[in-house]
Amino acid sequence: MSDAPALAGGGLTPLGASKDASAGGRRGDKIFRGLSGAAGITLLVIIGGIGVFLVAKAIPALRADTAGFLSTKDFLPEAAPPVFGVAALAFGTVLSSALAVVMAVPVALGVALFITQVAHRRPAALLGSLVDLLAAVPSVVYGLWGVAYLNDKIVPISKALHSGLGWIPLFGDTGGRYGRSIFLASVVLAIMILPIIAALSREIFLQVPAGNREAAYALGATRWEMIRTAVLPFSRPGVTAAIMLGLGRALGETIAVALVLLSNFEISAKILGPGGNTIAANIATKFAEYGPTGRGALIASGLVLFVITFVVNLAARGIVYRSARRLEGPA
Amino acid sequence: MSTDVVALASASRGGVRRRFVNRLATTLMALAVAAALLPLASVLYFTVVKGLTRFGGYFLQHSMRGVGPLDRTGGAYHAIVGTLEQVGIATVIAVPLGLLAAVYTVEYGRGRLASLIRFFTDVMTGVPSIVAGLFIYAFWVLALNQGFSGLAAALALTILMLPTIVRSAEEMLKLVPDALREAALALGIPRWRTILSVVLPTAMAGIVTGVMLAIARVAGETAPLLLTALNFDGININPFKGQQAALPTFIFSQAGAPQQVALDRAWAGALTLVGLIVVLNLIARVIARRSRVHG
Repeated sequence: MSDAPALAGGGLTPLGASKDASAGGRRGDKIFRGLSGAAGITLLVIIGGIGVFLVAKAIPALRADTAGFLSTKDFLPEAAPPVFGVAALAFGTVLSSALAVVMAVPVALGVALFITQVAHRRPAALLGSLVDLLAAVPSVVYGLWGVAYLNDKIVPISKALHSGLGWIPLFGDTGGRYGRSIFLASVVLAIMILPIIAALSREIFLQVPAGNREAAYALGATRWEMIRTAVLPFSRPGVTAAIMLGLGRALGETIAVALVLLSNFEISAKILGPGGNTIAANIATKFAEYGPTGRGALIASGLVLFVITFVVNLAARGIVYRSARRLEGPA
Repeated sequence: MSTDVVALASASRGGVRRRFVNRLATTLMALAVAAALLPLASVLYFTVVKGLTRFGGYFLQHSMRGVGPLDRTGGAYHAIVGTLEQVGIATVIAVPLGLLAAVYTVEYGRGRLASLIRFFTDVMTGVPSIVAGLFIYAFWVLALNQGFSGLAAALALTILMLPTIVRSAEEMLKLVPDALREAALALGIPRWRTILSVVLPTAMAGIVTGVMLAIARVAGETAPLLLTALNFDGININPFKGQQAALPTFIFSQAGAPQQVALDRAWAGALTLVGLIVVLNLIARVIARRSRVHG
């Protein structure tokens, strides 16, 4: 796999032989090249189209909005006059995703390190595909599991967090009600992004040159010291990108959050009680009941989500491309 | 980094502490594995055990038409039909499109356009599924006035499948040795014939694996379907006209109802869906393994 890029650039320059090819062959070449190019351009058109059509269909609703779209907490586009904003939704989206990343990253990195640096080859392969299986479970099933099972486990944990660490605003008083909360949503999100971060990090840890690891061992390092001094520094950009891709996935996750949360439109950093909402979950739950203005408002909020995830993914790809160039440089 | 290593080598006198830290780190890594596998085991256990209370021939052969909130009847036949049709149409559109795009970036593309396509394919991987659904709603349902249908859902799923298929096909095409291409070209075979009858067949097993995994991924997508096919209690065989159910939206609507019998139906739907996805994954794995042996 690692030498694939060497072949990649090798789009062959037409050899002399192709000049002798029949005119039919050349016409066929032109057609085929045109077709495949058109398919590639279709991808670009789709990405562009997503932006264009979301903007076009959001504008009428935004015109009807009687409040500041970016600063208003309420989301009442069907009221007369319509009052809606994305502030509370965006806050809930970012808060739940950030918490999910904080919970998922240590576990995912531990899993990836265990599989690549500790376990023997065969059990490592088995563990790897088991963790990958986590990614194969549909999000609606995670949502169902979260609401029917995990919530009952989260309630006592929430109580304990509040009584023990209640002075931290995050774990503040929620009127004695726990569960169906941003906390539950972020635990479910953490489970869902864990396999992505783990799988990508695994690939990156495997690329650490054997020489670096052996050098650390040769100097008398224990395994953990080898990981700390050889594996982790080498992998930093790649792991950062993996985490950001996981964050992007958490930001856009819809159904699991929609099933798990008892939503409201407050901006509150208290995560243990029912309430809070995310952009994606709000779209899924409100779409069917809304009329044209409401759906336009949902599209406008979706546009905000698209921009947020776009920026996060762009940043992650930027890191990947930069570090890839750095690695290719000296070779 | 190297100074770090030297430092720790010279400080090796604290051997007991270092060994303890090493043991501790290893234990924590093993605990992380356990923490990751626990939810997997729990989700699968609940899906199978709770799903089996309603799963069966009746569940697979009946729809939700005319089923009241407290009725103990009802099934997912209509949803299974919808999922198969929607995912099937999405596959038929996404596979040729994605394959051609991959052929372009690997076989033809050297310039700006190819790297632009490659970059935006990566970006497309990160488009949230709900945004893909909103786009099809804004474009297909509103702007083109085509209405809600299974086809609209399939178009949204196509957007989600495309980047996966392009990326995996690219990887597989890159693995085809250049010597094969050169040999064909040296025989005077035109480029396009070389690609169609030498390069693609060589990479076929890997490409099929990628396609199966892409199908498995979108089969469980719920969010875009809610905005494009909505949900529907009855059987709608025609994917081109009218609202249509699918397994994920079936699970979502049943899970949202307050009655225990609805929750049981949701679990049975989840069992059906997970079973479908596991089968698709197994097929992909078998194809991948076979190609490794013969490749």
